[in-house]
Amino acid sequence: MILKDIMSAHIPEAAGKQKTIYIAVGAALMVGTIVTVAAASVHLGIVVGIIVALIIATVKGSLVAGYFMHLFSEKKLIYAVLALTAVFVIAMFGLILSSNADQQGRQHGIFQVPQRHVELHHKATAASASGKGEHVP
Amino acid sequence: MSAAIEIPYNSTERPDTGLYNAKLGVWLFLASEVMLFGALFSSYVLLRTGAQTWEHGAEILSVPLGTINTFVLIASSVTMVFSWASLQAKNLARFKLFMGLTLLCALVFLVIKGFEYRAKFEHGYLPSTSTYIALYFVLTGLHGLHVIGGVIVNSYLWGPGSRMWFTDPQRFTNRVEVAGLYWHFVDLVWIFLFPTLYLLPGK
Repeated sequence: MILKDIMSAHIPEAAGKQKTIYIAVGAALMVGTIVTVAAASVHLGIVVGIIVALIIATVKGSLVAGYFMHLFSEKKLIYAVLALTAVFVIAMFGLILSSNADQQGRQHGIFQVPQRHVELHHKATAASASGKGEHVP
Repeated sequence: MSAAIEIPYNSTERPDTGLYNAKLGVWLFLASEVMLFGALFSSYVLLRTGAQTWEHGAEILSVPLGTINTFVLIASSVTMVFSWASLQAKNLARFKLFMGLTLLCALVFLVIKGFEYRAKFEHGYLPSTSTYIALYFVLTGLHGLHVIGGVIVNSYLWGPGSRMWFTDPQRFTNRVEVAGLYWHFVDLVWIFLFPTLYLLPGK
């Protein structure tokens, strides 16, 4: 009944051309959801599993933004707004991920503490043990 | 005595940008929403990578319910875009039908989410249980508030707000379009939330 209503909706040419596309996109999104769940049930490992899930989600998100939100045929000013947003989002993720990479690197010995700081630390430890209490900046 | 001042480009598009006011406004609002959810997603990444262990969502959450809710939101996006297309076709009755279906889908989504929340509470999963559970409640809770906001706006457009159709049909059509842009964005956020919270493997 509902599908019949959708198919029989009288829509003028401009929107009428989109009618089939909207239904096709909706169907593609539902198929994409099934693929996402199916892919998650296969043991792909953590990294591959995350990458696959995010790729499918990105494709689905692009369909929603491109067709339902009409971003594939939008005005230049909207693209400019979104480009500016993308810059800030990328900067935000970049700062957070680089901070995280720094922390992880230290934990795994990828980023070494400079030798001079190590020597100063040993010197301070030895001085503290002998009661001199030398201040190390 | 004062003359009514008509705000330009409420109904018609501004010649240089090709946009009417509300459309530019809602896109700017959505840009801020991208930053809001982007901040929360980046928090998820930071907290997950910094944690020693992480729960596998599928072992705690109900994947079938999450999948059904994804279908429901996708269906609501289709009916939403058809409600706008119906106004383009100058068919208010069709608009009411499709907008009504959109509202129905939104309510079904919220009811299912409510069942999920109740099940979590009954099993002792609270925001204080773990970082993962805390993120689950924050992200889905904020998304749920957005759904409720959409229900309020769409209900107004379906009910009393639709009277504008008889006085200024183009402006009413524009209102439905921008409400649709917001609604599709809410759908888009869920498309990323669902795999992130329900499906990604633990560690």
